[in-house]
Amino acid sequence: MEPIDWVVQGLLLLMLLMAAGATIVLRNLFAVVMMLGVYSLICASLFMTLDAVDVAFTEAAVGAGVSTIFFLGSLLVVGRDIRTDAAKLKIGPLLISGGCAALMIYASGDLPAFGDPQAMPNQHLVPRFLEQSGEEVGPPNIVTSVLASYRGYDTMGEVGVVFTAAVGVLLLLGSGSMVKVRRRRQSLKLQTQRWQPKANPVIRVESSLKANVLIRECTDLLVAPMLIFALYVQWHGDYGPGGGFQAGVIFAVGVISYALIYGLDRTQKKFPPLAMKRLMVGGWLLYIGTGLVSMLFGANFLDYSPLGPTALAGQHYGILAIELGVGITVATVMIALFYAFASRDRGE
Amino acid sequence: MSIGGLSWVDLLSWLLIASGGFFCLTTGLGLLRLPDFFSRLNGASCMDAMGAGLLLLGCALQAPGYLVVVKLGFIYLFLLVTNAVAAHALARSALSKGMEPLLGSRRYGNDEASR
Repeated sequence: MEPIDWVVQGLLLLMLLMAAGATIVLRNLFAVVMMLGVYSLICASLFMTLDAVDVAFTEAAVGAGVSTIFFLGSLLVVGRDIRTDAAKLKIGPLLISGGCAALMIYASGDLPAFGDPQAMPNQHLVPRFLEQSGEEVGPPNIVTSVLASYRGYDTMGEVGVVFTAAVGVLLLLGSGSMVKVRRRRQSLKLQTQRWQPKANPVIRVESSLKANVLIRECTDLLVAPMLIFALYVQWHGDYGPGGGFQAGVIFAVGVISYALIYGLDRTQKKFPPLAMKRLMVGGWLLYIGTGLVSMLFGANFLDYSPLGPTALAGQHYGILAIELGVGITVATVMIALFYAFASRDRGE
Repeated sequence: MSIGGLSWVDLLSWLLIASGGFFCLTTGLGLLRLPDFFSRLNGASCMDAMGAGLLLLGCALQAPGYLVVVKLGFIYLFLLVTNAVAAHALARSALSKGMEPLLGSRRYGNDEASR
Protein backbone atom coordinates (compact mmCIF):
# COMPACT_ATOMS: atom_id res chain seq x y z
CA MET A 1 0.00 0.00 0.00
CA GLU A 2 1.04 3.58 -0.58
CA PRO A 3 1.78 5.74 2.47
CA ILE A 4 -1.29 7.86 1.78
CA ASP A 5 -3.44 4.71 2.05
CA TRP A 6 -2.02 4.05 5.49
CA VAL A 7 -2.82 7.61 6.56
CA VAL A 8 -6.36 7.55 5.19
CA GLN A 9 -7.18 4.12 6.58
CA GLY A 10 -5.58 4.94 9.92
CA LEU A 11 -7.66 8.10 10.21
CA LEU A 12 -10.82 6.24 9.22
CA LEU A 13 -10.14 3.50 11.77
CA LEU A 14 -9.55 6.15 14.42
CA MET A 15 -12.88 7.80 13.55
CA LEU A 16 -14.51 4.36 13.66
CA LEU A 17 -13.18 3.79 17.16
CA MET A 18 -14.37 7.23 18.24
CA ALA A 19 -17.84 6.62 16.84
CA ALA A 20 -18.01 3.26 18.61
CA GLY A 21 -16.86 4.85 21.87
CA ALA A 22 -19.41 7.65 21.54
CA THR A 23 -22.12 5.04 20.98
CA ILE A 24 -21.24 3.48 24.33
CA VAL A 25 -20.80 6.71 26.28
CA LEU A 26 -23.77 8.73 25.02
CA ARG A 27 -26.92 8.49 27.12
CA ASN A 28 -29.35 10.05 24.63
CA LEU A 29 -30.64 7.28 22.35
CA PHE A 30 -31.32 9.72 19.53
CA ALA A 31 -27.65 10.69 19.50
CA VAL A 32 -26.70 7.02 19.71
CA VAL A 33 -28.72 6.26 16.58
CA MET A 34 -26.99 9.10 14.76
CA MET A 35 -23.60 7.81 15.88
CA LEU A 36 -24.49 4.33 14.58
CA GLY A 37 -25.27 5.90 11.21
CA VAL A 38 -21.95 7.71 11.28
CA TYR A 39 -20.25 4.42 12.18
CA SER A 40 -21.77 2.71 9.14
CA LEU A 41 -20.78 5.58 6.87
CA ILE A 42 -17.17 5.40 8.08
CA CYS A 43 -17.28 1.64 7.53
CA ALA A 44 -18.48 2.26 3.98
CA SER A 45 -15.60 4.67 3.39
CA LEU A 46 -13.16 2.06 4.71
CA PHE A 47 -14.56 -0.54 2.33
CA MET A 48 -14.15 2.01 -0.48
CA THR A 49 -10.47 2.40 0.34
CA LEU A 50 -10.16 -1.39 0.18
CA ASP A 51 -11.74 -1.34 -3.33
CA ALA A 52 -14.78 -3.29 -2.12
CA VAL A 53 -17.21 -0.98 -3.87
CA ASP A 54 -20.22 -3.28 -3.77
CA VAL A 55 -19.83 -3.92 -0.05
CA ALA A 56 -19.39 -0.21 0.60
CA PHE A 57 -22.55 0.50 -1.38
CA THR A 58 -24.51 -2.03 0.65
CA GLU A 59 -23.13 -0.75 3.93
CA ALA A 60 -24.01 2.84 3.07
CA ALA A 61 -27.52 1.95 1.89
CA VAL A 62 -28.39 -0.53 4.63
CA GLY A 63 -26.27 0.55 7.60
CA ALA A 64 -26.33 4.31 7.26
CA GLY A 65 -29.62 4.60 5.42
CA VAL A 66 -32.46 2.29 6.14
CA SER A 67 -31.40 0.92 9.53
CA THR A 68 -31.18 4.48 10.86
CA ILE A 69 -34.79 4.93 9.80
CA PHE A 70 -35.76 1.73 11.63
CA PHE A 71 -33.87 2.78 14.74
CA LEU A 72 -35.68 6.12 14.68
CA GLY A 73 -38.95 4.28 14.22
CA SER A 74 -38.26 2.16 17.29
CA LEU A 75 -37.29 5.30 19.23
CA LEU A 76 -40.77 6.64 18.52
CA VAL A 77 -42.05 3.58 20.36
CA VAL A 78 -39.63 3.33 23.27
CA GLY A 79 -38.69 6.98 23.84
CA ARG A 80 -35.29 8.55 23.49
CA ASP A 81 -33.89 8.27 27.02
CA ILE A 82 -32.17 5.34 28.65
CA ARG A 83 -34.30 4.16 31.55
CA THR A 84 -32.09 1.53 33.12
CA ASP A 85 -29.45 2.25 35.68
CA ALA A 86 -26.65 1.96 33.17
CA ALA A 87 -23.97 3.57 35.32
CA LYS A 88 -23.59 0.43 37.42
CA LEU A 89 -20.73 -1.77 36.34
CA LYS A 90 -21.88 -5.30 35.65
CA ILE A 91 -19.05 -7.81 35.89
CA GLY A 92 -20.64 -10.80 34.14
CA PRO A 93 -21.49 -9.19 30.79
CA LEU A 94 -18.17 -7.37 30.81
CA LEU A 95 -16.29 -10.64 31.25
CA ILE A 96 -18.28 -12.40 28.52
CA SER A 97 -17.93 -9.66 25.92
CA GLY A 98 -14.32 -9.05 26.87
CA GLY A 99 -13.58 -12.76 26.56
CA CYS A 100 -15.27 -12.93 23.14
CA ALA A 101 -13.30 -9.89 21.97
CA ALA A 102 -10.05 -11.43 23.21
CA LEU A 103 -10.83 -14.69 21.40
CA MET A 104 -11.56 -12.82 18.16
CA ILE A 105 -8.39 -10.77 18.40
CA TYR A 106 -6.44 -13.97 19.08
CA ALA A 107 -8.07 -15.68 16.10
CA SER A 108 -7.38 -12.72 13.81
CA GLY A 109 -3.69 -13.53 14.13
CA ASP A 110 -4.30 -16.59 11.95
CA LEU A 111 -6.07 -14.66 9.19
CA PRO A 112 -4.02 -14.13 6.03
CA ALA A 113 -2.82 -10.58 5.47
CA PHE A 114 -4.88 -8.34 3.17
CA GLY A 115 -4.07 -9.26 -0.42
CA ASP A 116 -1.63 -12.01 0.61
CA PRO A 117 -0.86 -13.96 -2.59
CA GLN A 118 -0.03 -17.09 -0.57
CA ALA A 119 -3.46 -17.18 1.11
CA MET A 120 -5.55 -20.23 0.22
CA PRO A 121 -8.47 -18.45 -1.53
CA ASN A 122 -6.00 -16.40 -3.58
CA GLN A 123 -4.35 -19.62 -4.79
CA HIS A 124 -7.13 -21.28 -6.71
CA LEU A 125 -10.52 -19.50 -6.32
CA VAL A 126 -9.64 -15.88 -7.02
CA PRO A 127 -7.53 -16.61 -10.14
CA ARG A 128 -10.41 -18.58 -11.61
CA PHE A 129 -12.95 -15.85 -10.84
CA LEU A 130 -10.69 -13.13 -12.22
CA GLU A 131 -9.52 -14.95 -15.34
CA GLN A 132 -12.43 -17.14 -16.39
CA SER A 133 -15.61 -15.44 -15.14
CA GLY A 134 -15.73 -13.42 -18.37
CA GLU A 135 -15.99 -16.61 -20.44
CA GLU A 136 -18.01 -18.65 -17.96
CA VAL A 137 -20.54 -16.10 -16.66
CA GLY A 138 -20.08 -12.86 -18.53
CA PRO A 139 -20.74 -9.74 -16.46
CA PRO A 140 -17.85 -7.24 -16.34
CA ASN A 141 -18.53 -6.79 -12.61
CA ILE A 142 -16.95 -9.95 -11.22
CA VAL A 143 -18.63 -9.42 -7.87
CA THR A 144 -21.97 -9.94 -9.60
CA SER A 145 -20.80 -13.16 -11.26
CA VAL A 146 -19.54 -14.51 -7.95
CA LEU A 147 -22.60 -13.42 -6.00
CA ALA A 148 -25.24 -14.50 -8.48
CA SER A 149 -23.73 -17.42 -10.33
CA TYR A 150 -20.72 -19.04 -8.65
CA ARG A 151 -22.20 -18.49 -5.20
CA GLY A 152 -25.87 -18.57 -6.12
CA TYR A 153 -26.66 -20.92 -3.23
CA ASP A 154 -25.18 -18.52 -0.68
CA THR A 155 -27.13 -15.58 -2.05
CA MET A 156 -30.33 -17.63 -2.00
CA GLY A 157 -29.62 -18.33 1.66
CA GLU A 158 -29.02 -14.62 2.31
CA VAL A 159 -32.36 -13.70 0.78
CA GLY A 160 -33.89 -16.42 2.93
CA VAL A 161 -32.25 -14.84 6.00
CA VAL A 162 -33.70 -11.44 5.10
CA PHE A 163 -37.11 -12.99 4.60
CA THR A 164 -36.95 -14.98 7.86
CA ALA A 165 -35.84 -11.93 9.83
CA ALA A 166 -38.72 -9.94 8.39
CA VAL A 167 -41.18 -12.69 9.32
CA GLY A 168 -39.80 -12.64 12.86
CA VAL A 169 -40.15 -8.87 13.17
CA LEU A 170 -43.65 -8.92 11.74
CA LEU A 171 -44.64 -11.65 14.21
CA LEU A 172 -43.29 -9.51 17.06
CA LEU A 173 -44.59 -6.13 15.98
CA GLY A 174 -47.78 -7.04 14.16
CA SER A 175 -48.30 -7.34 10.47
CA GLY A 176 -48.42 -3.67 9.61
CA SER A 177 -51.89 -3.57 8.13
CA MET A 178 -52.72 -1.06 10.79
CA VAL A 179 -54.88 1.46 9.04
CA LYS A 180 -57.89 -0.79 9.26
CA VAL A 181 -57.07 -1.73 12.84
CA ARG A 182 -56.81 1.87 13.89
CA ARG A 183 -60.09 2.77 12.24
CA ARG A 184 -61.77 -0.16 13.92
CA ARG A 185 -60.34 0.84 17.26
CA GLN A 186 -61.48 4.42 16.80
CA SER A 187 -64.96 3.39 15.77
CA LEU A 188 -65.16 1.12 18.80
CA LYS A 189 -64.20 3.99 21.03
CA LEU A 190 -66.72 6.25 19.33
CA GLN A 191 -69.46 3.74 20.04
CA THR A 192 -68.62 3.66 23.71
CA GLN A 193 -68.55 7.47 23.87
CA ARG A 194 -65.10 7.47 25.35
CA TRP A 195 -63.17 8.40 22.24
CA GLN A 196 -60.16 10.57 22.71
CA PRO A 197 -57.81 11.28 19.86
CA LYS A 198 -54.79 9.33 20.88
CA ALA A 199 -51.54 10.95 19.91
CA ASN A 200 -49.91 8.75 17.33
CA PRO A 201 -46.39 10.14 16.94
CA VAL A 202 -45.90 9.04 13.34
CA ILE A 203 -49.23 10.37 12.16
CA ARG A 204 -48.59 13.70 13.84
CA VAL A 205 -45.17 13.99 12.25
CA GLU A 206 -46.71 13.21 8.89
CA SER A 207 -49.27 15.93 9.06
CA SER A 208 -46.81 18.54 10.20
CA LEU A 209 -44.35 17.52 7.50
CA LYS A 210 -47.00 17.63 4.83
CA ALA A 211 -47.99 21.11 5.87
CA ASN A 212 -44.44 22.27 5.33
CA VAL A 213 -44.27 23.37 1.69
CA LEU A 214 -40.50 23.33 1.45
CA ILE A 215 -40.07 19.78 2.72
CA ARG A 216 -42.99 18.51 0.64
CA GLU A 217 -41.67 20.04 -2.56
CA CYS A 218 -38.18 18.76 -1.87
CA THR A 219 -39.52 15.25 -1.35
CA ASP A 220 -41.54 15.52 -4.56
CA LEU A 221 -38.30 16.44 -6.27
CA LEU A 222 -36.29 13.60 -4.75
CA VAL A 223 -38.60 10.59 -4.55
CA ALA A 224 -38.85 9.96 -8.29
CA PRO A 225 -35.08 10.16 -8.90
CA MET A 226 -34.60 7.82 -5.93
CA LEU A 227 -36.92 5.21 -7.40
CA ILE A 228 -35.33 5.55 -10.84
CA PHE A 229 -31.88 5.29 -9.29
CA ALA A 230 -33.00 2.11 -7.55
CA LEU A 231 -34.03 0.63 -10.91
CA TYR A 232 -30.72 1.74 -12.42
CA VAL A 233 -28.81 0.03 -9.61
CA GLN A 234 -30.98 -3.04 -10.11
CA TRP A 235 -30.40 -3.47 -13.84
CA HIS A 236 -26.90 -2.06 -13.98
CA GLY A 237 -25.52 -4.46 -11.37
CA ASP A 238 -23.85 -6.55 -14.09
CA TYR A 239 -21.71 -3.62 -15.19
CA GLY A 240 -21.13 -1.51 -12.09
CA PRO A 241 -21.43 -1.80 -8.35
CA GLY A 242 -24.93 -2.62 -7.25
CA GLY A 243 -27.54 -5.31 -7.58
CA GLY A 244 -30.71 -6.52 -5.98
CA PHE A 245 -29.81 -5.87 -2.35
CA GLN A 246 -28.80 -2.23 -2.81
CA ALA A 247 -31.57 -1.52 -5.30
CA GLY A 248 -34.20 -2.95 -2.98
CA VAL A 249 -33.03 -0.82 -0.09
CA ILE A 250 -32.93 2.36 -2.18
CA PHE A 251 -36.40 1.70 -3.57
CA ALA A 252 -37.72 1.13 -0.06
CA VAL A 253 -36.12 4.36 1.17
CA GLY A 254 -37.87 6.23 -1.64
CA VAL A 255 -41.22 4.76 -0.62
CA ILE A 256 -40.53 5.46 3.06
CA SER A 257 -39.74 9.11 2.40
CA TYR A 258 -42.99 9.37 0.47
CA ALA A 259 -44.78 7.82 3.44
CA LEU A 260 -43.18 10.25 5.88
CA ILE A 261 -44.57 13.22 3.97
CA TYR A 262 -47.88 12.01 2.59
CA GLY A 263 -48.90 9.66 5.35
CA LEU A 264 -49.31 5.94 5.68
CA ASP A 265 -52.85 5.84 4.31
CA ARG A 266 -51.87 7.22 0.92
CA THR A 267 -48.73 5.09 0.74
CA GLN A 268 -50.60 1.94 1.66
CA LYS A 269 -53.07 2.57 -1.13
CA LYS A 270 -50.20 2.48 -3.62
CA PHE A 271 -48.17 -0.20 -1.82
CA PRO A 272 -50.74 -2.31 0.07
CA PRO A 273 -49.35 -4.19 3.09
CA LEU A 274 -50.81 -7.47 1.91
CA ALA A 275 -49.13 -7.11 -1.50
CA MET A 276 -45.86 -6.32 0.26
CA LYS A 277 -46.12 -9.54 2.22
CA ARG A 278 -46.95 -11.57 -0.86
CA LEU A 279 -44.14 -10.03 -2.88
CA MET A 280 -41.77 -10.73 0.01
CA VAL A 281 -42.37 -14.42 -0.59
CA GLY A 282 -42.65 -13.94 -4.35
CA GLY A 283 -39.17 -12.51 -4.76
CA TRP A 284 -37.60 -15.43 -2.99
CA LEU A 285 -39.76 -17.87 -4.95
CA LEU A 286 -38.62 -16.18 -8.18
CA TYR A 287 -35.05 -16.88 -7.11
CA ILE A 288 -35.72 -20.52 -6.28
CA GLY A 289 -37.94 -20.90 -9.34
CA THR A 290 -35.10 -19.77 -11.61
CA GLY A 291 -33.00 -22.55 -10.12
CA LEU A 292 -35.82 -25.06 -10.66
CA VAL A 293 -36.30 -23.98 -14.28
CA SER A 294 -32.63 -24.61 -14.96
CA MET A 295 -33.15 -28.06 -13.43
CA LEU A 296 -36.04 -28.62 -15.87
CA PHE A 297 -33.61 -27.88 -18.70
CA GLY A 298 -31.40 -30.63 -17.38
CA ALA A 299 -28.72 -28.57 -15.69
CA ASN A 300 -27.84 -28.30 -12.02
CA PHE A 301 -29.89 -26.18 -9.60
CA LEU A 302 -29.07 -22.49 -10.18
CA ASP A 303 -26.90 -23.25 -13.23
CA TYR A 304 -28.36 -20.73 -15.67
CA SER A 305 -26.47 -21.78 -18.79
CA PRO A 306 -29.36 -23.59 -20.55
CA LEU A 307 -31.80 -20.69 -20.04
CA GLY A 308 -30.67 -18.85 -23.18
CA PRO A 309 -29.59 -19.64 -26.74
CA THR A 310 -25.95 -19.62 -25.65
CA ALA A 311 -24.46 -20.40 -22.26
CA LEU A 312 -23.43 -16.77 -21.73
CA ALA A 313 -26.88 -15.47 -22.63
CA GLY A 314 -28.42 -18.03 -20.30
CA GLN A 315 -26.19 -16.87 -17.46
CA HIS A 316 -27.21 -13.30 -18.22
CA TYR A 317 -30.96 -14.06 -18.13
CA GLY A 318 -30.58 -16.12 -14.99
CA ILE A 319 -28.65 -13.40 -13.17
CA LEU A 320 -31.22 -10.78 -14.19
CA ALA A 321 -34.04 -13.01 -12.91
CA ILE A 322 -32.50 -13.81 -9.55
CA GLU A 323 -31.35 -10.20 -9.00
CA LEU A 324 -34.95 -9.13 -9.64
CA GLY A 325 -36.07 -11.67 -7.04
CA VAL A 326 -33.53 -10.34 -4.54
CA GLY A 327 -34.57 -6.74 -5.23
CA ILE A 328 -38.28 -7.48 -4.83
CA THR A 329 -37.78 -9.36 -1.57
CA VAL A 330 -35.46 -6.76 -0.03
CA ALA A 331 -37.60 -3.78 -1.05
CA THR A 332 -40.86 -5.29 0.17
CA VAL A 333 -39.25 -6.51 3.41
CA MET A 334 -38.04 -2.99 4.16
CA ILE A 335 -41.41 -1.44 3.33
CA ALA A 336 -43.27 -4.04 5.41
CA LEU A 337 -40.94 -3.45 8.36
CA PHE A 338 -41.52 0.29 8.07
CA TYR A 339 -45.27 -0.28 8.08
CA ALA A 340 -44.89 -2.46 11.17
CA PHE A 341 -42.88 0.20 13.02
CA ALA A 342 -44.99 3.14 11.90
CA SER A 343 -48.22 1.45 12.92
CA ARG A 344 -47.27 1.24 16.59
CA ASP A 345 -48.63 3.75 19.04
CA ARG A 346 -46.35 5.03 21.73
CA GLY A 347 -46.38 2.97 24.88
CA GLU A 348 -48.66 0.32 23.44
CA MET B 1 2.09 23.58 -20.60
CA SER B 2 2.85 22.90 -16.99
CA ILE B 3 4.01 24.34 -13.71
CA GLY B 4 6.26 22.26 -11.52
CA GLY B 5 5.36 19.04 -13.34
CA LEU B 6 1.63 19.66 -12.96
CA SER B 7 -0.58 20.50 -15.91
CA TRP B 8 -2.93 23.47 -15.69
CA VAL B 9 -5.91 21.22 -15.19
CA ASP B 10 -4.22 19.34 -12.37
CA LEU B 11 -3.14 22.58 -10.74
CA LEU B 12 -6.64 24.02 -10.96
CA SER B 13 -8.24 20.91 -9.49
CA TRP B 14 -5.62 20.89 -6.72
CA LEU B 15 -6.58 24.48 -5.92
CA LEU B 16 -10.30 23.72 -5.98
CA ILE B 17 -9.99 20.60 -3.85
CA ALA B 18 -7.72 22.35 -1.36
CA SER B 19 -10.08 25.30 -1.00
CA GLY B 20 -13.01 22.88 -0.73
CA GLY B 21 -11.16 21.17 2.09
CA PHE B 22 -10.59 24.57 3.68
CA PHE B 23 -14.33 25.24 3.63
CA CYS B 24 -15.02 21.83 5.15
CA LEU B 25 -12.56 22.59 7.93
CA THR B 26 -14.27 25.93 8.47
CA THR B 27 -17.56 24.08 8.77
CA GLY B 28 -16.13 21.85 11.48
CA LEU B 29 -14.69 24.83 13.31
CA GLY B 30 -17.98 26.69 13.05
CA LEU B 31 -19.91 23.71 14.39
CA LEU B 32 -17.66 23.65 17.42
CA ARG B 33 -17.16 27.34 18.06
CA LEU B 34 -20.29 29.27 17.07
CA PRO B 35 -22.37 30.32 20.07
CA ASP B 36 -25.87 28.92 19.49
CA PHE B 37 -27.79 26.29 17.55
CA PHE B 38 -29.00 28.51 14.71
CA SER B 39 -25.67 30.08 13.88
CA ARG B 40 -24.06 26.63 13.96
CA LEU B 41 -26.72 25.41 11.56
CA ASN B 42 -26.07 28.35 9.27
CA GLY B 43 -22.35 27.67 9.28
CA ALA B 44 -22.86 23.98 8.61
CA SER B 45 -25.36 24.38 5.77
CA CYS B 46 -23.58 27.16 3.91
CA MET B 47 -20.15 25.68 4.16
CA ASP B 48 -21.39 22.22 3.28
CA ALA B 49 -22.67 23.47 -0.03
CA MET B 50 -19.53 25.51 -0.68
CA GLY B 51 -17.01 22.90 0.42
CA ALA B 52 -18.76 20.04 -1.34
CA GLY B 53 -19.24 22.16 -4.46
CA LEU B 54 -15.57 23.04 -4.73
CA LEU B 55 -14.50 19.46 -4.02
CA LEU B 56 -16.85 18.11 -6.67
CA LEU B 57 -15.69 20.74 -9.17
CA GLY B 58 -12.11 19.74 -8.49
CA CYS B 59 -13.05 16.10 -9.03
CA ALA B 60 -14.96 16.96 -12.21
CA LEU B 61 -11.78 18.42 -13.72
CA GLN B 62 -10.12 15.05 -13.18
CA ALA B 63 -13.02 13.09 -14.68
CA PRO B 64 -12.24 10.70 -17.53
CA GLY B 65 -15.45 11.47 -19.41
CA TYR B 66 -18.56 13.62 -19.54
CA LEU B 67 -20.68 10.90 -17.92
CA VAL B 68 -18.72 11.26 -14.69
CA VAL B 69 -19.13 15.04 -14.81
CA VAL B 70 -22.88 14.61 -15.18
CA LYS B 71 -22.95 12.21 -12.21
CA LEU B 72 -20.95 14.66 -10.08
CA GLY B 73 -23.36 17.39 -11.13
CA PHE B 74 -26.28 15.26 -9.95
CA ILE B 75 -24.52 14.67 -6.62
CA TYR B 76 -24.05 18.42 -6.20
CA LEU B 77 -27.68 19.11 -7.08
CA PHE B 78 -28.96 16.59 -4.51
CA LEU B 79 -26.52 17.85 -1.89
CA LEU B 80 -27.67 21.43 -2.43
CA VAL B 81 -31.35 20.57 -2.14
CA THR B 82 -31.11 18.12 0.76
CA ASN B 83 -28.66 20.20 2.81
CA ALA B 84 -30.73 23.34 2.59
CA VAL B 85 -33.97 21.54 3.33
CA ALA B 86 -32.44 19.58 6.22
CA ALA B 87 -31.15 22.81 7.74
CA HIS B 88 -34.58 24.35 7.27
CA ALA B 89 -36.31 21.40 8.93
CA LEU B 90 -33.86 21.40 11.85
CA ALA B 91 -34.22 25.13 12.45
CA ARG B 92 -37.99 24.94 12.16
CA SER B 93 -38.37 22.09 14.62
CA ALA B 94 -35.91 23.73 17.03
CA LEU B 95 -37.92 26.95 16.88
CA SER B 96 -41.21 25.15 17.34
CA LYS B 97 -39.80 23.37 20.41
CA GLY B 98 -39.13 26.78 21.93
CA MET B 99 -35.44 27.21 21.24
CA GLU B 100 -34.69 30.90 20.86
CA PRO B 101 -31.89 32.29 18.74
CA LEU B 102 -29.17 34.03 20.68
CA LEU B 103 -29.40 37.74 19.92
CA GLY B 104 -26.58 40.18 20.37
CA SER B 105 -27.71 43.58 21.63
CA ARG B 106 -26.07 46.67 20.26
CA ARG B 107 -28.04 48.97 22.47
CA TYR B 108 -26.10 48.09 25.56
CA GLY B 109 -22.88 47.53 23.64
CA ASN B 110 -22.55 44.28 25.52
CA ASP B 111 -23.09 40.76 24.32
CA GLU B 112 -23.49 39.38 27.82
CA ALA B 113 -26.63 41.45 28.38
CA SER B 114 -28.73 39.28 26.09
CA ARG B 115 -27.85 35.96 27.67
